[in-house]
Amino acid sequence: MNKTDVLIIGAGPTGLFCAHQLGIIGLSCEIVDNLDKAGGQCIELYPDKPIYDIPAVPECTGEELTNNLLKQIKPFNVKFHLNERVEQLKKNESRWHIKTSGGVEFDVAAIVIAGGVGSFEPRKFPVKECEKFEGSSLLYSIKDKSIFKDKTISIFGGGDSALDWAIELSNTSKVNLIHRRDGFSGAEASVQKVKELNDQGKLNLFIKYQLDSVSGGKNIESVKIKHDEGEIKEIKSDYVLGFFGLIMQLGPILDWGLNIDKKTVQVNTENFETNVNGIFAIGDICSYPGKLKLILSGFHEGALAARGCFKYAKPDEKLRFEFTTTSKAAQERLGIKK
Amino acid sequence: MAKITYHTHDNKTHTVDVQKGLTVMEGAIQNDIPGIDADCGGGMACATCHVYVKEEWLDKLPAKEDGEEDMLDMAFEPKSNSRLSCQITVSDELDGLEVNIPSKQG
Repeated sequence: MNKTDVLIIGAGPTGLFCAHQLGIIGLSCEIVDNLDKAGGQCIELYPDKPIYDIPAVPECTGEELTNNLLKQIKPFNVKFHLNERVEQLKKNESRWHIKTSGGVEFDVAAIVIAGGVGSFEPRKFPVKECEKFEGSSLLYSIKDKSIFKDKTISIFGGGDSALDWAIELSNTSKVNLIHRRDGFSGAEASVQKVKELNDQGKLNLFIKYQLDSVSGGKNIESVKIKHDEGEIKEIKSDYVLGFFGLIMQLGPILDWGLNIDKKTVQVNTENFETNVNGIFAIGDICSYPGKLKLILSGFHEGALAARGCFKYAKPDEKLRFEFTTTSKAAQERLGIKK
Repeated sequence: MAKITYHTHDNKTHTVDVQKGLTVMEGAIQNDIPGIDADCGGGMACATCHVYVKEEWLDKLPAKEDGEEDMLDMAFEPKSNSRLSCQITVSDELDGLEVNIPSKQG
């Protein structure tokens, strides 16, 4: 059990800056994120794209912004729990118990949801019966590639994940690569490699086909794929892999009893607390009259939510308002030596 | 203003006036038309504003920029008439445009 003052859900810019604000006022926090790195949408969607509206930073990329925020919170030694998604929430007297998808548990005084548009999850096949095989013979990510040895694998997608796995698995498995068009978004070198392997008969490339249906008993036995022009082919498959990138889903947060409107959580603008005491929401995931989905608004919301957490974390103390420029306490927390 | 018609998956039809210069995605969001999520806010980074364009309008639309087709690979049930609505800017030529919104965005 990880005991800390505040759990921040989401390691995007808003969550990171909220950690800073908590640190400045002397509260501890830990951060959970479903991605394998900090930065949220800035890192996942636009690491190289420029941002021009961070106050006093005329231009920076998503990656630079993330790195600077990580540097700014370094003095607080914030513990990150990456590749984890929050699942269960339980109130235990005045504290909250949270459990993640990977079984990590937290005991906290308050929760700050800084979840952006939700957690990034793999996009799934539109075909309904796929659910039945998901996790066993139909997969959206690979943990142990040895299970594919000498099997027939049908891989769907045209990006780097689909191409890289098709190339790699073609060494030990019979691979079908199926893609909806003749262009690929993956690296050109990989596209050439896949075409070579197809010419050499080391994998089978199906262009302008999409998944039509899957069939089998306990495990998948075959898939039907449909050409743009309607022709249907049935191919034997032991495994089906789908690589369609990531989509953002609110996930279990939906079941926490929060007031949710159009994929956002309603908050007050005094301290960005939700309708549930002790649960705050900041950044793109929160809504209130006048809400702007800007990073700078997320910073403001995080600063106020951090102060809102104080009364739950230290109910017997009164929060003093101080400036970092002059506050000895804040400077000590920042590790500044004079 | 141009009239844009959105056919939603529940078989409802919404015809709204969209200001020139806005995108078909923004027209949907401003008018609370369901089924367009636009998670990334028009950055061509998420494919959750995916629409099917009525065939006769396909040629009249601005051409796809680099990257739109790559994003459409990720969309839910892409077809030959799929577009990202954040990439279609409304103009006089598009007055009367009709799009179908898919059953879901992901």
